[in-house]
Amino acid sequence: MDSPSVTPDIAPGSAVLGASSAGPAALPVLEVEGLCIEYETERGVLQAVRNVSLSVNRHESFGLVGESGSGKSTLAMGAIRYLAANGRVTAGSVRLNGVELLGLSDKELRSLWGASIGVVYQSPLGALNPSIQIGRQLAEVARLHLGMDRGAARQRVGEMLAKVAMPDPEAVMKRYPHQLSGGMLQRCVIAMALMTNPALLIMDEPTTALDVTTQAVVLDLVADLKREFDSAILYITHDLGVITKICERVGVMYAGEFMEQASLDALFHRPRHPYTLDLLGCVPRFETSPQKRSLVTIPGSIPRLDELPHGCIFSPRCGFVREACRAARPPLLEVEPDHRAACIRWEVVPPPAEYLREATESLDVVAPTAGKDVVLVEVDGSKTHFKGPARGLIPGRRTRRWIRAVDGVSLTVEEGQTLGIVGESGSGKTTLARAIIGLTPATDGDIRLRGRSLERSTGRRKRSVLKEIQMVFQNPDASLNPTRSVGDAIVRPLVLLGDLSREQARKRAEELLLSVSLPATYFDRLPNELSGGEKQRVAIARAFAADPELILCDEPISSLDVSVQGALMNLLMKLQAERRTSYVFISHDLSAVQHLSDTIAVVYLGLVMEIGHAVDVLTPPFHPYTEALLSAVPLADPDIKQTPVRLGGTVPSAMDVPSGCRFHPRCPRFLGDICVDQEPPWREGDAGHHIYCHIPLEELACLQAETLVLT
Amino acid sequence: MTRGGLRGGGHVPDLGRPIYYADGPDDRLLTTSGGDVSGSIQDGGVPEEQKPDADETPARRPGNRALYWRRLKRRPAAMFGTVIFLFFLFLAIFGPLIAPYDFDAQSAALRLKPPAIEHPFGTDQFGRDILSRIMVGARGIFLLGGIGTLLAVLIGTPIGLASGYAGGLLDEVIMRLLDVLLSFPSLLLALVLLAVVGPSNANLVLVVTLLYTPMIARVVRSMVLDLKTKEFVEAARVRGERRSYILFREVLPNSLPPLLVETSMRFSYSIFLVASLGFLGLGVQPPSPDWGLQINEARNFFALAPWTLLFPAGTIALLVIATSLMSDGLRQVMLPGVARK
Amino acid sequence: MLTFIVRRLGFVVLMVLLSSILIFWATQVLPGDIATMMLGRFASEEARQNLREELGLNKPVVTQYVTWLGDFVQGDWGYSISTRSEIRPLVMERLRNSAMLAGVAFAIFVPVGILLGLLAALRRNSWVDQTISVGSLAFIGLPEFVSGVVLISIFSIKLGWLPSQSAIEPSSGFVKAFPYLILPAITVALTTLAYVVRMTRSSTVDVLQTDYVRTANLKGLPPRRVLFTHVLRNSLLPTITVIAISVGWLIGGLIVTESVFSYPGLGRLVLFGVQRRDIPLIQATVLLIVVIYGIANLLADILYAVLNPRIRYT
Repeated sequence: MDSPSVTPDIAPGSAVLGASSAGPAALPVLEVEGLCIEYETERGVLQAVRNVSLSVNRHESFGLVGESGSGKSTLAMGAIRYLAANGRVTAGSVRLNGVELLGLSDKELRSLWGASIGVVYQSPLGALNPSIQIGRQLAEVARLHLGMDRGAARQRVGEMLAKVAMPDPEAVMKRYPHQLSGGMLQRCVIAMALMTNPALLIMDEPTTALDVTTQAVVLDLVADLKREFDSAILYITHDLGVITKICERVGVMYAGEFMEQASLDALFHRPRHPYTLDLLGCVPRFETSPQKRSLVTIPGSIPRLDELPHGCIFSPRCGFVREACRAARPPLLEVEPDHRAACIRWEVVPPPAEYLREATESLDVVAPTAGKDVVLVEVDGSKTHFKGPARGLIPGRRTRRWIRAVDGVSLTVEEGQTLGIVGESGSGKTTLARAIIGLTPATDGDIRLRGRSLERSTGRRKRSVLKEIQMVFQNPDASLNPTRSVGDAIVRPLVLLGDLSREQARKRAEELLLSVSLPATYFDRLPNELSGGEKQRVAIARAFAADPELILCDEPISSLDVSVQGALMNLLMKLQAERRTSYVFISHDLSAVQHLSDTIAVVYLGLVMEIGHAVDVLTPPFHPYTEALLSAVPLADPDIKQTPVRLGGTVPSAMDVPSGCRFHPRCPRFLGDICVDQEPPWREGDAGHHIYCHIPLEELACLQAETLVLT
Repeated sequence: MTRGGLRGGGHVPDLGRPIYYADGPDDRLLTTSGGDVSGSIQDGGVPEEQKPDADETPARRPGNRALYWRRLKRRPAAMFGTVIFLFFLFLAIFGPLIAPYDFDAQSAALRLKPPAIEHPFGTDQFGRDILSRIMVGARGIFLLGGIGTLLAVLIGTPIGLASGYAGGLLDEVIMRLLDVLLSFPSLLLALVLLAVVGPSNANLVLVVTLLYTPMIARVVRSMVLDLKTKEFVEAARVRGERRSYILFREVLPNSLPPLLVETSMRFSYSIFLVASLGFLGLGVQPPSPDWGLQINEARNFFALAPWTLLFPAGTIALLVIATSLMSDGLRQVMLPGVARK
Repeated sequence: MLTFIVRRLGFVVLMVLLSSILIFWATQVLPGDIATMMLGRFASEEARQNLREELGLNKPVVTQYVTWLGDFVQGDWGYSISTRSEIRPLVMERLRNSAMLAGVAFAIFVPVGILLGLLAALRRNSWVDQTISVGSLAFIGLPEFVSGVVLISIFSIKLGWLPSQSAIEPSSGFVKAFPYLILPAITVALTTLAYVVRMTRSSTVDVLQTDYVRTANLKGLPPRRVLFTHVLRNSLLPTITVIAISVGWLIGGLIVTESVFSYPGLGRLVLFGVQRRDIPLIQATVLLIVVIYGIANLLADILYAVLNPRIRYT
């Protein structure tokens, strides 16, 4: 993985789909029938998983999708009988290659764990013991289950690490987990899980903690290994996009039950359950046209486990509901061959494309008035450098390095429009936003609001300036003061920046609450009485309270469930259309950015790599980094064909910025010395489209014609 | 299958299987195994996403006070500690009024009388009523330790706030100076200071204050360091709040639970300290009776009159245990999941 | 690693230096006229003058401090005012006795504390855990003079198994002194034991909930192997720090305990100095204790760094 590679012909998604046809003859490896799992809590017994059945065949991977609280992890861990002390399986049967797991003794179970059952976890850093060398942790499995001695086990670990494409396995074996990157660690965990060629491999959100380019590499690897090893894979995820890359069959869970089970293709093209249909509509579609549509919203919220509705558990939120739905819980029935749905009205569920047209509306954002855009904010050569750790002992002679978080960024935000900033972790996108608002003062360059230079730090800006720029933060739990009421949070900026009296402010705050679709009665509530999505709505209301011209949104939806994400994106777009507020929308999620943005800036290691109107950035020519991002982003649409362009290595430290083009060590279109020695030129395309690359635009366009094809 | 089914021979039970608590700060089930860990995907728990577009607004979640009370009710040890503590507090206030005898009244005839109806805890070598001495002595311990601790909170909190919020050189200097005070074992520092300034009630209070100020300051500082990077503080900066407003309205209220817990722990140590100093002859000054000194003097008569020693010793033990149970309960109730340092 | 040690060492040296200034300031500058303080208000002016001469109080404060510190470092700890004897041999003898007592206490509370803490963590929320947790909480706040007299009343007076007083000969060897060490050592150990129990329990509970313990379990390792290879290695790290800090409590505990048992240790010497207001004796003993405490913390830091690969090279 050291060398960047382009392998245009092998599309892992399609290869995977082909393999599923070999299915019917295969015997199921894992069979779960009527499984029920309970937790005993202080609120009483909660039935987290109720009467679920599934089966996974050899060489097959079964995707378990669901939102928070759907019980997908509980199901997987309960099936292999690894539950918290207060959890228990109350009914059902789990067979692994015909062996009933629920009747096994603890000792028999432990002889299966690690041998016939491998598990890969969400956080690879957490999953490995921090104080034991990687090689020893992996060798443990070989010694325990394969009966190998120390030397043989070591050799086996080396082979396995080579199989997961680990560069220099010998060196890696001597490392401790904190010395490796997330992607490398996840490969170690995968190697550990596959060490014994287990019958069942459980992967619990294995790529959620990784950057999108690393995620793509790991997903490719899993797709490859699936062919080489015999394991049946149970793949748990909340991400519909990831499912399309890895799974042949999918089960959609909701509040502890399956709503639907189908092949990947059937699920995306012919969903037979309204919940699946809604989920598909919540996710932004990848579109290159400037015309925007809202997303599907699911009214209501996921029911609490102790207050499940009568009849169909989705009925209170369902758009196709009839009286009969509330009478009895519909069983999971086979509606077509190998396609089950728990809906009595499955026949009326429309195809997704048709449903999307009806359930969403086109948003008339400000008519694109090309050439008449009024510039609101100009960022001109902005740099933010931090002091790095000092080295050496003697005070006067210590060497100090600089962290170049933002290293000379220039861009503009137009009035009433959205600038999307996309980049992986460590790209400096958040630091840039914080420099604009003054929370982390820039160290060089200039930032202007309507032509007037801004003071670098918040503390030195006048209130009249502060009023114009507000921010919505990433973490909804930390965004509101836990000791102050929701009303306080919104009233304060109104009084301070809006010059309103307390009474006026209260009235205005209630209006703001309504405008973010919260009842005015929320005024007196404390933040811990709110859900994550509600907190973020309050944070949005607070940002709008000062009636600013610019709102910086720093990953405002990343920590929320997909359906909540969709609702918040709709809200942001609605408010923008009403108030002509400009947004800077920062995210690592290219799907969300493309959905919301008029202009997109792609940043890497403190510099803009490509900037331009969304349409131009999302169609060739691309900067090679944009190309890699577009190729890696897991789109929830099996009809889009992405050519795999994979990046090797990880984002370098901002203390060691590579020479020449800072992207050159990972660039899939690396030219040679010129990239190492010289900073690339800004190449200009149509209508303000700029690419920072040595390769001419025409050549890039030619090379990249196939990167992203909508079929 | 039952719960016990997973536990092997019972030698090493429950490795890595946390209990799911339904009383986390968000009132959601905390999970570390068998569920997704963080971010968008809390699984295996009660769904917490309540969408605002709901037909009906979701049920209001319980506030902090109700939550604390619910947790306290489940901890009998903490309840017990609190009740005993309140009883001693009552004694400290009203002890001299309700004590059956004058604590200082000596009587040759009544020397070393064993416990009886007239003198439930017996009498000491001077014929003084031990029960009365204990009841009156409560005030000294509470006053010295309590005032000292309170002063430490009053001084330590602003120091911690300033040091934590300002950061940089000021923070460095303040913290190093406080480290110096912390690099002495506390009883030793108390002894040295009392040796120099001489034992008196006022000096004792000052010593308690001096010893605990750095500890309070550190707790507050670490809270400030944690809170000042929180988004809600940044939101306050972005709307142009003054520094004093941020410190006292945004940061301080959120530091109160840990500060309260720390204060109650300090207070329970201060009882330990004042009693120990009393035993060493440097405690509460006469004429008030000092529990520690009572024990020290009673040691000579132990074989003859064990009650002279056992009742004061039992009283100290009871108060000290009750106070630690209470402060530990407070910690568990207000800061669940934070380990005691 | 070397950088780390040097930096920690520098920090400890700085702390000890600052502490020495505090000690010096508190004992020699703060009280005003030491001669009056030590000799009483009714001593003759001549006697006070002689004492000032003897203590070098006529020189500037900074000179006094530098001289005092220099002498201390070189091993010249001066003469005790109350016993009129050289301080160093006296302190060294008492230090040896206290070290014996502390050694026995360590041998009790470290293993017992860790064992009980582990037991409580592994049986979390069972009655064993409840008992250990509440018990340790109770002992944390119990002053040594209370537990000391209770132990004496049971084991010496009621049962007659062990001596109630431990006024051993100054030069007794360890074996000869051992029976006299048991009760005071248990007394000192009780409080500290409780801290070790609580810290071990809470860090073990934390480690048991980590993902890597889940990984170890799902590898199919036997529970015992999970405990010894994966849990203890990480959960005992914080306990090391607690044991270092416990040296501080131990010293405080020794002052009281040695006084309860009339044991001729350093703690009682400090108390003696304090009661007699013997400034040179107080200065020497307190500074020595601060140095010992500093070294204990330094050793713990280094040990922690050695055992924890995550901070080895910082």
